[in-house]
Amino acid sequence: MSREASGRVDLLVIGAGPAGSLVARDIAVAGHDVVVLDAGPRFENGRTDRMEAHLRPDRGPVWPRDPERDAYTTDGRHYPLAASRVKGVGGSTLAWHGMAPRLRRRDFELNSRHGVGVDWPLSYVDLRPWYARAERALGVAGAADAPEGPPREEPYPMPPFPPSASDRILAEGAEQVGVATYTAPNARNSKESEDAPACAGYGTCRPVCPSGAKYTAERTVTEAEAAGARVVDRAAVRRLHHNGDQLTGARYTTPTGEHVQEARHVVLAAGGVENARLLLLSRSDVFPDGLANSSGAVGRYFTDHLFAGVGGQVDKKTRQHHVGFHTTESSALYDEVDPVVGIKLEFLNNAGPTPVGVALSDGSWGDELRDRVAAAYGGHLAVGALIEQLPDPDNRVRLDPEQTDDNGDPVPRVEWSLDDRTRRGIERANDVQRAILEAVGAEVTWTVDSETTGPAAHQMGTTRMGTDPTESVVDPDCRSHDMRNLWVAGSSVFPTGGAMNPTLTIAALSLRLGDHLAGVLAEEKR
Amino acid sequence: MKLTRRDAMAALAGGGSVALAGCGGNEHDPSLPIDDVAAVAEAVYPSEVTGYQEFVETYIRGRSRGATGYRQALDQVAADLNAIAREWFNGPLPALSRADRDTLLREVGADTAEPRPDGTLAERTRYYLVNDLLYALYTSPTGGELVGIQNPPGHPGGTASYHR
Repeated sequence: MSREASGRVDLLVIGAGPAGSLVARDIAVAGHDVVVLDAGPRFENGRTDRMEAHLRPDRGPVWPRDPERDAYTTDGRHYPLAASRVKGVGGSTLAWHGMAPRLRRRDFELNSRHGVGVDWPLSYVDLRPWYARAERALGVAGAADAPEGPPREEPYPMPPFPPSASDRILAEGAEQVGVATYTAPNARNSKESEDAPACAGYGTCRPVCPSGAKYTAERTVTEAEAAGARVVDRAAVRRLHHNGDQLTGARYTTPTGEHVQEARHVVLAAGGVENARLLLLSRSDVFPDGLANSSGAVGRYFTDHLFAGVGGQVDKKTRQHHVGFHTTESSALYDEVDPVVGIKLEFLNNAGPTPVGVALSDGSWGDELRDRVAAAYGGHLAVGALIEQLPDPDNRVRLDPEQTDDNGDPVPRVEWSLDDRTRRGIERANDVQRAILEAVGAEVTWTVDSETTGPAAHQMGTTRMGTDPTESVVDPDCRSHDMRNLWVAGSSVFPTGGAMNPTLTIAALSLRLGDHLAGVLAEEKR
Repeated sequence: MKLTRRDAMAALAGGGSVALAGCGGNEHDPSLPIDDVAAVAEAVYPSEVTGYQEFVETYIRGRSRGATGYRQALDQVAADLNAIAREWFNGPLPALSRADRDTLLREVGADTAEPRPDGTLAERTRYYLVNDLLYALYTSPTGGELVGIQNPPGHPGGTASYHR
């Protein structure tokens, strides 16, 4: 395929993940010219091969990375950037778990309610209709059974997945400690639809769904291309071009050369790190601190969710690993104020080792191996959690002053640490997780605590949304305060991140952005 | 517990590197080292497992289709093992007792070797024979039943069993 630039287009989208592909699709459907550039490849077919690569430690990586292209540095607490995202058509939804909850009302009003963080310039009510559209776009299966959950205007588009055998065991313990549970919303088909089959139960959702039942942005890319959008893979955008007031296009490098794509509008949708990095890389004499950065907020307020978990074993079958997704979660701790940190509990269906994982790592075989596999599979239970991290300007993405990537550009440098509030939230989650397991008679065997925690691969906050141009990068429509034909899609615009998996909110904001942008383009052409 | 062609087809669906069309037939390809692989299967599979000849034949045939490199590598490792079997045990691999096959695999180091497709004989044996066979077994419905899971990861067994 040609990776040459098209003539000047109405819209250039940078990044073919869920944010970029949803905007591209809707702008193309509205009749405008759209080009999408993605730094990574188009991963063709081979999903079951990728599953085997995941299950067999002797095989290659599931989603191959390029160590030079994906190089990065960290300072403070180590941030495993390359392992926490996928570059390619579909983006990180290729590897995501598929959990698709809405943020809660509290998440939009954190400062007003509790005096910490910042408020969003949108309310839950503003975003609610877009959440409904996002759930339809992603095919979310769920049930409106969350106690005090955010109000819904319509059922989920897919019927819920029933609670698992271990959910039922853990629900008894949760009830004993006063933790109410509800059905986890899942962006995977609980029944066949026009564009995807029902879940086949391969059990490897993260990092790959061989059946295609789990939503990936490839589905939306297909729709975008059907509507006329042109999607170019292996096209790394390196600089945004401008005339002082407006963006004029972007320079990108492909395996065969360098090109400039001109565009009337640009949507930056390359993820929570690359969005900021590209704006910083596009610095010039006119904008020495980077593009769209009069606020100085580009790259700052980098946040993620932290994982907390407790696991153990009981003397009965817990039927783990039959599927690869969670079916029950809880927001019982979400609105607590000591500390003010969102906590979402997740009841795992994949606790303990997989049979094939033990079989291929044990070293034995025959009857001895069978017995070891059976013993290791055992009666595992675990409760995980996502913990909110509040925005901190010193947690940030910068350009590394020394290391460069395969194109000779400075790599991202992630400076990241945890504050005491986040640590206390992790400890609070651990206390409740442990209480639930002990209530069902489990022997606790492991804990992921505030020392051993790691990020949940939800990069947020680096081009934050707000109404004040001196404190934020984009306005409530996700449009740059400084460059009015620059728009930013994705979790980098989140002012705060709550403790809910971000992809549904990314999709809702992207659909809303696309609607605004379609109106702007129509007006400009009038 | 008998492995079936259906188990092999399920394992192939999990392996995915081949077209499944035609794998369920009965055509016999004498050039594939089916007997050698089945002999290894008998050594590395639990003793109550039966039916591995048909299972292995279906699995290897499906795995080999259109995968020239895999097939050549499998032929080579089978030939190398047979050469050692003849030298140490005075007979080809399929002619050895189960205990002798087990001893042979351990003597060449397949029990401790890292699985590497282009490594030493021990590493290639681990990669192309031991691990491939264990992967096929423990992602199949029958292999899952052996250890207490009806729908093991890697097997598309649907979404009914997890909530029973």
